[in-house]
Amino acid sequence: MNEGLSTIEQTVLSDYKYGFVTHIEADEAPKGLSEDIVRFISAKKNEPQWMLEWRLKAYRYWLTLKEPNWANVKYPAINYQDIIYYSAPKQKVKLNSMDEVDPELRRTFEKLGISLDEQKRLSGVAVDAVIDSVSIATTFKEQLAEQGIIFCSMSEAVQDHPELVKKYIGSVVPMTDNYFAALNSAVFSDGSFCYIPKGVRCPMELSTYFRINAENTGQFERTLIVAEEGSYVSYLEGCTAPMRDENQLHAAVVELIAMDKAEIKYSTVQNWYPGDKEGNGGIYNFVTKRGICQGVGSKISWTQVETGSAITWKYPSVILKGDNSVGEFYSVAVTNNHQQADTGTKMQHIGKNTRSRIVSKGISAGFSNNSYRGLVHMGKKATNARNFSQCDSLLLGDKCGAHTFPYIEVKNSTSVAEHEATTSKIGEDQIFYCNQRGIDTETAVALIINGFAKEVMNQLPMEFAVEAQKLLAISLEGSVG
Amino acid sequence: MLSIRNLHAGIEEKKILKGINLDIKPGEVHAIMGPNGSGKSTLASVLAGRADYEVLDGSVDFDGKDLLELSPEARAGEGLFLAFQYPVEIPGLSTTNFIKTAVNEVRKYRGQESLDAVAFLRLMKEKMAMMEIDQSLLSRPLNEGFSGGEKKRNEIFQMAMLEPKLAILDETDSGLDIDAIRIVANGVNKLRSKDNAVLLVTHYQRLLDYIVPDFVHVLYNGRIVKSGTKELALELEERGYDFIKSVVDAVEEA
Ligand SMILES: Nc1ncnc2c1ncn2[C@@H]1O[C@H](COP(=O)(O)OP(=O)(O)O)[C@@H](O)[C@H]1O
Ligand SMILES: [Mg+2]
Repeated sequence: MNEGLSTIEQTVLSDYKYGFVTHIEADEAPKGLSEDIVRFISAKKNEPQWMLEWRLKAYRYWLTLKEPNWANVKYPAINYQDIIYYSAPKQKVKLNSMDEVDPELRRTFEKLGISLDEQKRLSGVAVDAVIDSVSIATTFKEQLAEQGIIFCSMSEAVQDHPELVKKYIGSVVPMTDNYFAALNSAVFSDGSFCYIPKGVRCPMELSTYFRINAENTGQFERTLIVAEEGSYVSYLEGCTAPMRDENQLHAAVVELIAMDKAEIKYSTVQNWYPGDKEGNGGIYNFVTKRGICQGVGSKISWTQVETGSAITWKYPSVILKGDNSVGEFYSVAVTNNHQQADTGTKMQHIGKNTRSRIVSKGISAGFSNNSYRGLVHMGKKATNARNFSQCDSLLLGDKCGAHTFPYIEVKNSTSVAEHEATTSKIGEDQIFYCNQRGIDTETAVALIINGFAKEVMNQLPMEFAVEAQKLLAISLEGSVG
Repeated sequence: MLSIRNLHAGIEEKKILKGINLDIKPGEVHAIMGPNGSGKSTLASVLAGRADYEVLDGSVDFDGKDLLELSPEARAGEGLFLAFQYPVEIPGLSTTNFIKTAVNEVRKYRGQESLDAVAFLRLMKEKMAMMEIDQSLLSRPLNEGFSGGEKKRNEIFQMAMLEPKLAILDETDSGLDIDAIRIVANGVNKLRSKDNAVLLVTHYQRLLDYIVPDFVHVLYNGRIVKSGTKELALELEERGYDFIKSVVDAVEEA
């Protein structure tokens, strides 16, 4: 039996297998948002004054904004006073070694397939695990430090590397960028910080797992990756949440900075709780992700496999500032039942000879809606810039929708943007062909969609490709036949 | 092995099969011939369990099991294989991965352990040699951009991998040049044994020079109107289907 598939078969039996709640004591802020809450969070984290000022500025700016409504998604108004903005599992403040992680927490991560100890060390993936608001543990830290690589939680970075944080935070996604970015800047709780020094090739995948556990909490993580000249890093984030009847808000900000000839590969396997079959509960995932190719010949590549969340609003983007820089966006977004996704990318060509490539694969089933929204902008100085976009949609059944909104702006006559789009349905004849070879319909659908999404799956690091394939199959369980 | 009794089937309002009777025993090769539109592919599809076709009457027994009660994948598990007249394409899905899934799903149905990568590869190498098929074809996405001949050879290769009890080949020869026909026929002949059987659907008697049938049946307008040995195929070749048509139509009018 194909390894990927045997597990699919086991997992399709359970609906959302990450939907358990861990009973650990939490240290929480009172519900609601105010300047006091912002101060509370900052104080909890023992932050320097400048960080607090920054948060307060963002908060005050946020108060002047209105929630955006241009995306092709519908949801009831969010009551921002009904959310808990800070929740930390109670345990010793500073951990001296991995062995000090709360055993209940450790079991949580093991259930998620993330082992924080030796097992994972052997597989060569450095993990930072974030539960609710706080980073729990970062593995491999010392080994990475030997090469000058910093990989730690954002809270630690604020304490231990304030000059770096101060220099780069908000430099790609300013607090004034949009409603959710402003909110995040005010109340961000934790996230990961990576710094790769000049000429260093990070020897392992860096990985962060985010999990929302406590009830009524929002998760507002903030990730910042800086790759100095000639360096390389591959970073992966995974996300899960327990099943809840109410919707939970997730509004993250991710900033990437690549200097001359540096390369950042950022992969996401997003599996937040999507809500039940009737559309109750689930995570609202409103995320701002942006990278800047600051240096000449730099490269930023986003790869995302989006299967979870009730609503996804997310456009990982690249600003191609350095000449000859390259931006890539590879995406598979699956929606089933009543899920809604409005996702895509923005490629902003500023430098000469900049290149971008967009491959978006949308799969919709049930009553779901899946939209691709992309902007390719070629600025005046972007001589000889090139973009290629490929947006394919696959429909399962006739009650779901797929929409494509490509926007192309070309201000330089030597630059070229190409766009191709297709929409197809899984054919009865394809399913029957598989059936005739002994393959049941569920497995057949998994094979067909993995074939459809292959170009994107191939971009994922090996260990995660298998997991992602399983996820695709699980999230479409029961959608055909 | 296979026993079809008074099988009536159709699609939407249209009746296509109008009372088929056919018995196939282990070790036998049967050929079904007939003009276009006579119902050959419909018969193959109904046996394989395609949902669009509705069985209106009759029964099919396959090794003691009521075939019509089984799902298409269970029929495959029981050892029924259909080489499609028009094999479908599945973009992006590697042919090897597809076949590996099929082999192991069928093994699971039969209560056998699944093959690991090494055992699977060994089996594949052996069958590739037997079927004279190239590795490069099998690493490509399933049937995507395959020529007509490559698709047909891929069907026969899958048949070799799955080792069915009953193989139904629906016009596997059409669109093949003579060399390709010879390779396909050789493959089929190598797979023949006293325990399995083949039902060849074909339009031309050409294939029957290479795979010699024990029985030949002529399907016309949803019925088997004539059965005989391989000489019947030669007679049809010589006199054409019009000869059958005129005889049958005359009888029906009378
Ligand atoms: N899906 C279908 N819908 C409507 N009519 C069909 C369909 N499939 C087959 N038929 C009709 O049934 C008859 C038999 O077709 P078929 O079994 O393909 O014949 P053969 O394989 O002998 O050429 C033809 O008249 C054909 O048009
Ligand atoms: Mg036919």
